[in-house]
Formats: sequence, C-alpha cells, structure tokens
Amino acid sequence: MTKAQQKIIELDAPASAERLAALNIGDVVYINGLVYTGREGVYRRILDQGEKPPTDLAKLSNINFHCSPAASIDSDGNYTVGAVTATASFRFSKWMERWFNLTDCKVVIGKGGMPQSDYRDYFVPKGAVYLTTVGYGTGALLGRGIKHVPKAYWVDELGIAQAIWILEVEHFGPFLVESDIRGNSLFEESKQEIDKNIEALYAGLKKPALRRYGETTKRTDEVI
Amino acid sequence: MIPETVIQDAAHEITRQAAIRIPEDYRTGIRDIRAGEQGALSCFVLDTMVDNWDAAVADQRPMCADTGLPRYYVKFGNEAVIQGGFVALERALRRATAHATVSVPLRPNRVHPLTREDHNNNVGSRAPEIEYSVEPDADWLDITTVHKGGLFGTDYRMLFPGDGWDGIKKMFLDTMIQFGRRGLACQPAIVGVGIGGSKDTCMVLGKQAACLRVVGDRHPDPEIAKLEDELKELGNQIGMGPMGFVGNSMVVDCHIEIAHTHTGGMPVSIHSFCLSSRRAVVRIYDNGSTEFRTDPKWFTTYHRREEVE
Repeated sequence: MTKAQQKIIELDAPASAERLAALNIGDVVYINGLVYTGREGVYRRILDQGEKPPTDLAKLSNINFHCSPAASIDSDGNYTVGAVTATASFRFSKWMERWFNLTDCKVVIGKGGMPQSDYRDYFVPKGAVYLTTVGYGTGALLGRGIKHVPKAYWVDELGIAQAIWILEVEHFGPFLVESDIRGNSLFEESKQEIDKNIEALYAGLKKPALRRYGETTKRTDEVI
Repeated sequence: MIPETVIQDAAHEITRQAAIRIPEDYRTGIRDIRAGEQGALSCFVLDTMVDNWDAAVADQRPMCADTGLPRYYVKFGNEAVIQGGFVALERALRRATAHATVSVPLRPNRVHPLTREDHNNNVGSRAPEIEYSVEPDADWLDITTVHKGGLFGTDYRMLFPGDGWDGIKKMFLDTMIQFGRRGLACQPAIVGVGIGGSKDTCMVLGKQAACLRVVGDRHPDPEIAKLEDELKELGNQIGMGPMGFVGNSMVVDCHIEIAHTHTGGMPVSIHSFCLSSRRAVVRIYDNGSTEFRTDPKWFTTYHRREEVE
C-alpha cells in the first residue's frame, strides 16, 4: 500500500493572488471564509438573460463552487445543509470567461475539471485556479466544513439545486489543485500516463459488426 | 395485512439509511481494492472516501449531496396483502420520498425535463420510479431503495451474435475508459452488465445488476460467473483508478444478468454504480414487523427462471 504524500494548504477566502500563485497541481486544499455556489441556472440567468446578480458577488468572495447542497428550508426561512457535492464542471466552461469578467472570481471548485485548453484560454489570463472535489462524493466531509449559511438567493426562481448559496466555511475540503495559475492540469497529466497502455488493452479484439454513427475513433480522445 | 403507514415509515427509514450509511459489502470491496492500489493519488482518494463514510454516519448526514434519482424496487410475496392495495403502496412510497427530502435532507434532484421546474421533494411524473417483481410462497413485501447518480458511466449498444465475447469486452473497455477519465463515473464502482432481452429490458437488467447485487455475489450459471470475473479483472487492468488518476481500481465488482433475446441480436448495456453506492432494504411482514438489511436479494431463482411452468 502506498500512502500519499501531498502538500496540505489552508486557503483563506477571498483568495489572494499571492496564495494562489503558490498552489501546484496535486496539492490538497482546505478553504476558510465565504464561498458561493453557482451553476448553469445562475450562469444562464445572469450571463445569457442579462439579469442583475442578486448581490455583489465580487465583494462577497472570489470562490465559485459548482455544486448544489442537500439542503432544506424550514418555515422560518432557516437553512439546514446536510451534504454538499460538486457537479461536473466541463458543462460550464462556455460561461467561464464572462463569469470571471463579471465577478472577478479566482477559484472555481467543481467535479472533474475542464479541458486544459479552457484553463489556458480563460483561467490563466485571469490568474484563476481550478480545484476539484475528491472522490467524488465527499458530501459529508464537505457538509461538516459548512459552519453557517448566511443567505441563499433565487431559491424560488431556480429551486434549491440551482440557487446561489452563500456558505461560511471552515477547514472546508479536501480539494485537489487540478489546474494551477500556469494552466497545468492534474487530469491531463494522469491521462498522458494512462494513454500509453490503452491500445494494448484492445489488442486482438475483433471489430464489431456495426460501427457507431459519428463515433470518436481515437481512444485517447476525451468525451467531454 | 400490511398497513400503509408501516410501508411509509419503513420506506422513509430505508431512504434515510441509504443516504447515510454505505453498505458493508461495498465498504469491504473498497478495503480490498485499496490494499492492492499502487497509485499515490488513487490511494489518497480511496482513503478520503472512507473518511467521508465515517463522517456521514457520525454526523448522520448524507454521504453524497447528489441524491441521484431515488427510486424503489418492490418484491411482492405472492401471498402478501396490502391495506389499500397497490395504490396505497405507491402513495406511501411517494410520500416517504417527499418526507425524506426534507427530513434527511436530500437534495431535491428531480426537475421537469424541459422547464427544469423543481418540486423540491424528489417527486414528480414517474418519480420516484417503482419497479416490481414477485416471489412465490411468501407473505412479505421487500422494498429496496437505490440512490444512483445518473449522468455518466452508462452505455447501451446493439451488438450482434458474431461480435461475441470480444464485442462485449471492447464495449466494456470503451465504457470504463470514456467515463473513467476525470472520474466522471465516480469509480471504482460496482459495474452491472445487461445482456439480451429487448432494448429496454437490456437497460433495466444492466442497471439492476449494478444496483441490486452485492459485492462478492456471483451469477449461479458458472459460465456467466466466469465472465463476471473476467470483466472485473479487465477493468482493473486499464491502469486507471478513482478520478481517472493512475491506478488499478476501476471495478469493485462486476455483475452480469441475461435475458433471452432476438435471434439476430445481442443488446448490451453497461452501468456503473458509484463510490457512494447507496442502497437499503426493508422486509415488511404480514403482521407489520420490519427487518432492515442492505442485500436486495432481487435476483432469486424464481426471478431468473427459464422454463414454461
């Protein structure tokens, strides 16, 4: 058995440029301070439909979590958050550049990252990093890190899953640095290594009778 | 006679348990696969997942916030009688889901597919799904709930008899690799493979194979059991681990279910359950007493029967 040896970092929100510059792919990060959730419902409403954000996000935090919590709201309007888990971020990359411009976001947390070209095109010019959740289902550990939910916006308009949740967090993690400010990518690094073995796995297997229309033909291509 | 209130309370309880407590067979499966894992990042992920399961039980909070699509599998003893009949049963399951969404809480995942409207209770048109099977000579009711994420890790293809075992292996590798990258499938998983039937039964069977059989279980047909071992080994030779990192942990176990199919075809479906493979079961007896467990015991000899009778 191998025991992982990784650098563990506590990152205060809002994240300073200096702290972000010191992050390297594979580092383990825990966050302290305020983060906000926002995913396709929020991006569509603000970036595509031109709705004004319900609060000054730039002033609040520069950490955007691609997630929706397992939460409920009682009759007094109080929030109970049980668990939080990220959702796959690659679906949101088309909004990232405009989101960065609007909110000055510097840290995106989500599941599975984005193609490395997105980091180079959208993240690196803004000095932004991407953190991935671990697993992916550390909902209970992340839920533990939430100390307070000061506010949730657009719950009625977008539903609990798509609303903007403001989370006050402490030792919130673990997350892995997937892309650093230089645009390196942990997933891309793993992919390069794994791809060396891929063709050998198929050696000797005959081709199926029916091919798939429009199928990807290179096994090293990703489907995202 | 089984009262509706007992069904609703029991269904609520399994929905809560499924969300919070990882089934023991899966935990053991992860422990075993971790023992053979060489990749440092893969080890870190597996260790973190175990920490997460412990935190979920200690705090009594869901292990994963993605509730998936909570659903039920109901097995009727042929002699079971439900107060209020099938309508009462379905009402109890829908109410239990809505109640648990608030009480646990579960993330309200279910939305209208086009308007995206969310009822905030995981109930809607055909939601939660309820599937049925029957068992002779019994007066109990088994209810299994499964919370499975739904976006990645599943594929269906119509293969042909000439494609043979090679065709299934190739499709298996394709599915594991394409959804394994970046860990989209939340592996290592229990992988279910449905072979045969019509297209829809093929999909249903493969999913049930992933969700309703426990780690270590083998198909009673020794030939199929051998194929299960072979696919498990193949998946773990890819060189990939959790989150798509370098490693050798993709398949905690592989379960195959078959259905007799069209003479010209061999439909195949592949389904990955996930690192939060949530299932819980209750048996409700005629006198209203309940027994909780995590093995659905769905695929009985009767359920897999081939003869005319």
